[in-house]
Amino acid sequence: MIPRHLVIGTAAMLAIALGMSVYLWRMRGRVPHVEPAAYSGPIAPPVSGPTEQVTLYVADDESGILRAQAARIPLPAGRQERAQELLRALLGLYLDKLSPHPLAASAEVRDVYLVDPGLAVIDMNAAFADDHRSGILVEELTVASLVQTLSANIPGITRVKILVDGKQRETLAGHADLSGFFDVSAVNQMVAQMQSAQ
Amino acid sequence: MRWNSNSKNKAITTKDTKEHEGKPAERLTRPIGSVRAGFLVILITALVLCASLLLSAPSEQKRVSIYSTAANYTLSVMDRDHRDYVSLLEVLEPLGKVTIKNDGSRWKFRYNNVDAEFNAGKTRARIQGHDVDLPGIFLLENGRGLVPLDSLTTLLPRFLGGPVTFNVTARRLFIGNVSVHFTATVNKANPPTLVMEFSSPVNPMIATEPGKLRMVFTHEPIVPPGSQTLTFDSKTIPSASYQEDNGAVEITVNGSEPLFASFSNDGRTITVTAAPQTAAQVAARTPQPQLNLPAITSPVQPGPYIPSVSSGGAPTYFAVVDASHGGEERGAALSDQLSEKDVTLAFARKLRQELESRGVSTLLLRDGDVTLSLDQRANLANSSHPAIYICIHAASRGTGVRLYGALLPPGGENHGSFLDWDTAQSGFAAASQTVETSLIAELQKKQIPVRALIAPLRPLNNVTAAAVAIEITPPENGISELNSPGYQQLISETIATGMVAAREKLEAPR
Repeated sequence: MIPRHLVIGTAAMLAIALGMSVYLWRMRGRVPHVEPAAYSGPIAPPVSGPTEQVTLYVADDESGILRAQAARIPLPAGRQERAQELLRALLGLYLDKLSPHPLAASAEVRDVYLVDPGLAVIDMNAAFADDHRSGILVEELTVASLVQTLSANIPGITRVKILVDGKQRETLAGHADLSGFFDVSAVNQMVAQMQSAQ
Repeated sequence: MRWNSNSKNKAITTKDTKEHEGKPAERLTRPIGSVRAGFLVILITALVLCASLLLSAPSEQKRVSIYSTAANYTLSVMDRDHRDYVSLLEVLEPLGKVTIKNDGSRWKFRYNNVDAEFNAGKTRARIQGHDVDLPGIFLLENGRGLVPLDSLTTLLPRFLGGPVTFNVTARRLFIGNVSVHFTATVNKANPPTLVMEFSSPVNPMIATEPGKLRMVFTHEPIVPPGSQTLTFDSKTIPSASYQEDNGAVEITVNGSEPLFASFSNDGRTITVTAAPQTAAQVAARTPQPQLNLPAITSPVQPGPYIPSVSSGGAPTYFAVVDASHGGEERGAALSDQLSEKDVTLAFARKLRQELESRGVSTLLLRDGDVTLSLDQRANLANSSHPAIYICIHAASRGTGVRLYGALLPPGGENHGSFLDWDTAQSGFAAASQTVETSLIAELQKKQIPVRALIAPLRPLNNVTAAAVAIEITPPENGISELNSPGYQQLISETIATGMVAAREKLEAPR
């Protein structure tokens, strides 16, 4: 025989549980149904922190020269990462539709390696070269802009090698020779002549 | 300390000997002298041996060339115990899917669906369940399976399921029907020309030397003609010889004059031209008292083009005009209809005409829609020893003409007469500048906008002559005028005048 107080206690607890279930069911019906929004933010966290002033050498097709342009961009502490961010900032300018030297919309800097004291290897994606406009000056301006921006902001770079999709390429788009190393002092001379011959 | 004591003992012993034998000191010079002479002989022999070792050319790396419909490739051949070996993986990898499994001394190999098993140190292999005897033992080096080179005739048909033809002596292996045939005929035009027609496009390495032009074909499955020596009824190009060795074919064209090769018909035709007498030879034989510069003022030479090539002395005033791009390489798309390669060719032809009308012998590197690599362009230009190399480009943006000199990296290593390929232009930078200055002056005279720049533009770096690239941009009327005969005529006339004007300055130091 079950004691009477236990039967009353169990019945009370069941009644409370039933009441709470009904209450929760009614509450759930009042909450508006919201579809989860598609995630559109960056996959990798953006570089944040204090910004630094840098000089970007921006190609201008109309005048056929490089224009020094001051910019404030957040730069990470590592030398190699700084080089990557710097070139990504430069490329960002060229991807704008109103850019004075437009590049392919999907052009990207894959990586920058500072492999040797003085040597920087820039690895661009295939779209950068495949969709680049063909012509001596237009290709020369792109190369000069990359080399000049990198060497002017990352001290100690004396030579630059440009790879496309991790591989060596003969020319950028049929003209500018990418098979060798760009000597920074020679590129400086090339840019100086470009500016003076305007 | 020990050295000192030994020296002392040695000195005493010598003295003792002298006293004991009672011989005068000078008598001892005979055995000492003979020892010295012997030492000298050994030393000289050693020196001669060292010198002969140093002077002797290093033995050429042995190679085997494999030709198939899938790929043509060349592999290194290794010498193991006086037998030629080759890596089986490297042989079959370009032809299909290959997997290997190394299990101790057993080496399991799978090519597409064919399974094989080799054992290190054994001469018997098993392919698809059948025993195959190799002419030498199978070697396993760092997981790499090496088979005797001459076993390929037995092994490959079993893997590939078809016959192969292997010229073991020349180390050239043909898989399937991949042969390239050629014919060679000499026409008796002026100058005489050897026309070689190949059944497929070819791209040989070309070298010239006095009286000979050598073409080395490494990646082309060329098969020998009926006779190894071809004779022609021509005094200028009397013969050509065919030779195959070390995975390559060498065709040597013999000539009594300097020879020059050019490509056409999309690489299927090689034309070897006997250069006519150089301007220097003409000047030496023909008295021209009033003329200091006979080539400039001489009448226009007949024929489609007659390149004047120096025979090794001072180069004559001879220009090479290079229409950039061509063939598969369109260059810039200047408009929907206009390709850079077509504009450059039209302009180059006009420039040649203008130069020849001014008495400057001119060679057009590309006189058709053919693909030429940058190295080929540089090789062809350098082998003809021009005074000026002009490379033509075209662009859709800008106005007038842009001139480019080479962007030279510093410090190329030259070894005697062998120049560093990437900086070969270094020694000619001043001459290039002279030509550029002259061109600028002429363009400015005609009020054509001009801009001089330097650019990382090959093959300027590799050219051993005054070298300038010209980029023609549209006139103010727009892009459609870029290919108009009138505009091209104006630019080509001006450039030709500038090139002629540069001659005096270029020849002044000589």
